[in-house]
Amino acid sequence: MSTVLQPAGAGNRRRIWRNAGAILGVGIVGFITFVAIFAPWLAPYDPFTIDLGRRVIPPMWMEGGSPLNLLGTDQLGRDYLSRLIYGARVSMIIGVATVITSGIIGTFLGVMGGFYGGRVDDAVMFAITARLSIPVVLVALAVAGLLGTSFTLVILVLGLLLWDRFAVVARSTTMQIRNLDYVAAARCAGCSPMTVLLKEVLPNIATHLAVVATLEMALAILLEAALSFLGLGVPPPLPSWGLMISEAKDYMFFSPWIIMIPGIALFVLVLGVNLLGDALRDMLGTDLSR
Amino acid sequence: MLHFLRRRLTVAILVALTVLTLSFMLTRLSGDLAISIAGPNASQEDIELIRRAYGLDRPLWVQYFDWLWRALQGDFGDSYFFKTRVARLIMERMPITMTLGLCGLFIALCVALPLGILAAVKENTWVDRSVLMVALIGQAMPSFWLGLILMVVLGLNLGWLPISGTGSWEHYVMPSIVLSFSAIPSLMRLTRSGMIEALASDYIRTARAKGLSRLSILVKHGFRNAAIPVVAIAAVQLGFMLGGSIVIETVFALHGVGYLAWESISKNDFPVVQAVVLVLALIYIGLTLLSDLLNAVLDPRLRSA
Repeated sequence: MSTVLQPAGAGNRRRIWRNAGAILGVGIVGFITFVAIFAPWLAPYDPFTIDLGRRVIPPMWMEGGSPLNLLGTDQLGRDYLSRLIYGARVSMIIGVATVITSGIIGTFLGVMGGFYGGRVDDAVMFAITARLSIPVVLVALAVAGLLGTSFTLVILVLGLLLWDRFAVVARSTTMQIRNLDYVAAARCAGCSPMTVLLKEVLPNIATHLAVVATLEMALAILLEAALSFLGLGVPPPLPSWGLMISEAKDYMFFSPWIIMIPGIALFVLVLGVNLLGDALRDMLGTDLSR
Repeated sequence: MLHFLRRRLTVAILVALTVLTLSFMLTRLSGDLAISIAGPNASQEDIELIRRAYGLDRPLWVQYFDWLWRALQGDFGDSYFFKTRVARLIMERMPITMTLGLCGLFIALCVALPLGILAAVKENTWVDRSVLMVALIGQAMPSFWLGLILMVVLGLNLGWLPISGTGSWEHYVMPSIVLSFSAIPSLMRLTRSGMIEALASDYIRTARAKGLSRLSILVKHGFRNAAIPVVAIAAVQLGFMLGGSIVIETVFALHGVGYLAWESISKNDFPVVQAVVLVLALIYIGLTLLSDLLNAVLDPRLRSA
């Protein structure tokens, strides 16, 4: 675009800046994944053990804190650090599982629409339009209210609702490569449509889908937290970061740290996932937001 | 133009019918609605009584068409909990949610447009990167958490604003700020990329060559072209914001439609839940239709699409 007019050095500076973002993103997501996987070894205490004698103790660097509980304890005397560490598991599992579910649905619909065109494409476009008009949070809450809250239900509901961006991107990228020479060559060589789709189309749109996957993962993590915060997501006593904020909010006016700690964790994770997505997008050289 | 209009309208009506069907199916998910209404302590006779009273003993398709016919006339039945017409409940609460949504969108535009233009003009400088950083932060901020922090800081520590409730205009300030956060990143990125594209075009070079002032070039020639997609997206964003306001209304106990839906969900008041889902979806469909029309009116190139 305007790169021609840029002074020498601007491109370089831009690259360095982008790299910093990428490193930060990889670092954050890598660290939280590590914490989530090794939670049982990293957590100093059991995240479910209640100790009513030691309730709402502030983090150790604050007045009244104790070195026994690095990040303090919650309203039931459970170790906050341990709950935070196990909470990483909840966020990561829900993020990844939702993306897998919605990715399969969205990619299938998008590739079908983009590859076959015509009536099939009309139907896919219609499904996308209808899906976008459904208010996600409200429907997810209503379903949880009707069927009762559970961990798998959150994944299922979010997975069945968040496929729209996958479908949009899979559709447009498939359309772009549908008429390219190597796809035509594969067809001429007598490959079945199924083989062409799996061997020629999918590998070539996979990188674009990876970018969508990061965006959707960030969204799914935020939505899970919001649902759990409203009491209709992950059921207690599971340590979801959204649920931790919800359970602690009665104490926030006296001890604001109690909502700051899980909130910061949530914010940092989502920021990291988004930075990772931006880095992926730059590597691809295409900017989906443009 | 007429063909374009007719096509968009047909799709919108079909989508609306699909949403009607989906919102009917939503409440039948749990299997037996009568058991859910009666609650956990109801006896078998109670359940039978409720089943007959609410017409749930009829075949499903009869219930569906009965409901559809009434819903098309704006009759969503009676609320189980509030014991009034659902349509009236929603009409009473809608102005609050609308006010919140419009204030949120207004704040979002006030922040996103200037910052987006600034980032485009100073592309690849520290200004641009700071603006992109703001977008990233906005994207990663959990809205309910931001709401709680504002309550602690602005409400308690500084005492500037009321913490929750619906009474005065001051009650809308914090919720609107929080709601605007969800729309700022996308509006800002779109303004920025639209401006960059516009500024690199030939007509801007011509305008520069004519010796027009910088401001006039930016506003009259650059922004007018960059604004087209932004205006259209703003309408769609408003739809998303109304749908997402349930979280914020609950946090701030702002008694709008979202809060009504949350109350109804926790009280198993299905007719209300069903109607709110439907109304929000219909508003969204209307807004996307409006956005398509705006696009077509503002940019003649799109009419043939």
